[in-house]
Amino acid sequence: MSPIIDVQHLNYRYPQQPETALTLRDVSFSVAAGEWVAIVGHNGSGKSTLAKNLNGLLAPVSGTVTVDGQVLSEETVWEIRKKIGMVFQNPDNQFVGATVADDVAFGLENQGVPRDEMLARVEQALKQVNMQEFATREPARLSGGQKQRVALAGMIAARPRILILDEATSMLDPRGRAEVLATIRQMKADGQLTVLSITHDIDEAASANRIIVVNDGEVKEEGTPAEIFRHGENLIKMGLDMPYAERLKAALKRQGVQVPATYLTEKGMADWLWQLRSNK
Amino acid sequence: MMSKLIFGRYIPGDSLIHRMDPRAKLLLSFYFIGIIFIANNWQTYALLFAFTLAAITLSGVKWSFFINGVKPLIWLILFTVILQILFSASGGKVYWHWGIITISQLGLVNGVYIFCRFVLIIFMSTLLTLTTPPLELSDAIEYILMPLKAVHFPVYEVALMLSIALRFVPTLMDETEKIMNAQRARGVDFGEGNLFQQMRAIVPLLIPLFVSSFNRAEDLATAMEARGYQGGEGRSKFRILKWHARDAWVTLGFAVLTAALVFLRA
Repeated sequence: MSPIIDVQHLNYRYPQQPETALTLRDVSFSVAAGEWVAIVGHNGSGKSTLAKNLNGLLAPVSGTVTVDGQVLSEETVWEIRKKIGMVFQNPDNQFVGATVADDVAFGLENQGVPRDEMLARVEQALKQVNMQEFATREPARLSGGQKQRVALAGMIAARPRILILDEATSMLDPRGRAEVLATIRQMKADGQLTVLSITHDIDEAASANRIIVVNDGEVKEEGTPAEIFRHGENLIKMGLDMPYAERLKAALKRQGVQVPATYLTEKGMADWLWQLRSNK
Repeated sequence: MMSKLIFGRYIPGDSLIHRMDPRAKLLLSFYFIGIIFIANNWQTYALLFAFTLAAITLSGVKWSFFINGVKPLIWLILFTVILQILFSASGGKVYWHWGIITISQLGLVNGVYIFCRFVLIIFMSTLLTLTTPPLELSDAIEYILMPLKAVHFPVYEVALMLSIALRFVPTLMDETEKIMNAQRARGVDFGEGNLFQQMRAIVPLLIPLFVSSFNRAEDLATAMEARGYQGGEGRSKFRILKWHARDAWVTLGFAVLTAALVFLRA
């Protein structure tokens, strides 16, 4: 099956930068339909720039972006934006509508969806994120997590094939973050959705099928969460937190305990500790 | 800060006036301000007052809101009324005369009329804003401006700006409060000292507020574009306004009022 997103030799430079300083250098990767890919990296490594290149908010200096068989160009950009839903970092700054329902409808209004269908889709999307009783509320009276859920409802209503989360949970508290992630998992379970999440959050990265590590505008590594989390303490240099199991391993190592080098989930770690105790 | 301002606030309710079409409310409010000037004797003013009071009673909004609406303007009203009483040309019986100052019967009567006009205008516009959510008002303005499309006036864009501006008012209020407190924590005194010092204290509030507004605008524009916003043309509308029978009845009421005013006019 051909990939839904295919990026080949992408170079990008912000207009105000000198010719030699590229924000993105020769970035190539592809994402299969239905996959969940996490893009991680330090602040300023070019992750968000990469995301904006994917739906034409920024135009690359060279290289090609192909989304669902269409090459991104000035003619196809609006077609491609219909297929890509993007949720950004700050819940306040991306809330366009004056009320929750208006915001969810905004994307549909832009596509010229007839009003009857729009009403049904807005209602259904709000139900899916559990916000139906907030439909007439103004954004000023919602919490950060609720606003991000409204942003997701806007995406559900617009039915994109690809969802890009540009640090969508980074300004939320742990509870709001868990809520938003659960909603995305639900969305993904309900349909053929491809998720591309740009994140520093370890749980978000751990729920991905694949992690792409970006550093200094280049793709440094690609692998499953287990492969990437094996790096242990080097994860911090990549701009990720260490998972709890890895932190425990590091602490045990300092105490002189021989720990396996492979990555273990929390459950795997617990099993291994049980075994260690009973073997003594 | 917000709580003191009565003008521009919305009190949720479910009265006839609340459920009216915002276009009807907006246009009729303007119309009412226009026909106030038809009134020129006691009977006509009494009629206008009776009409306004009936409307207020119908809306079910508490009286105190209207009194509070007049309060901030009371000095302006009294100033105008006193000027009118003291300096109007003599007519009728003259009670007191000194230099250019004349207190005459006509002056007193005119002063009372002006007072009535102010109060009526404020009551009616307060009634409009108290019973209409800002959002509906902006929808109504968009609809009313629609004919201007013929002269290439960007109606959609103005309506969008209006609705975004309204949506960001509470957000920016919160942010102002936050920045003020943050600057206070760092030793800035707001509202202290002489005029010059007070103005200087505003700078550490104003500049961060401006910069953050620019950032907000940039983020918002990006998010809008990512969601497929290409400008006003070719969009469908989520929110529509409906003209009901009640709006027609209220309009008829205004027509009857106008006729009565013209009839009673001296």
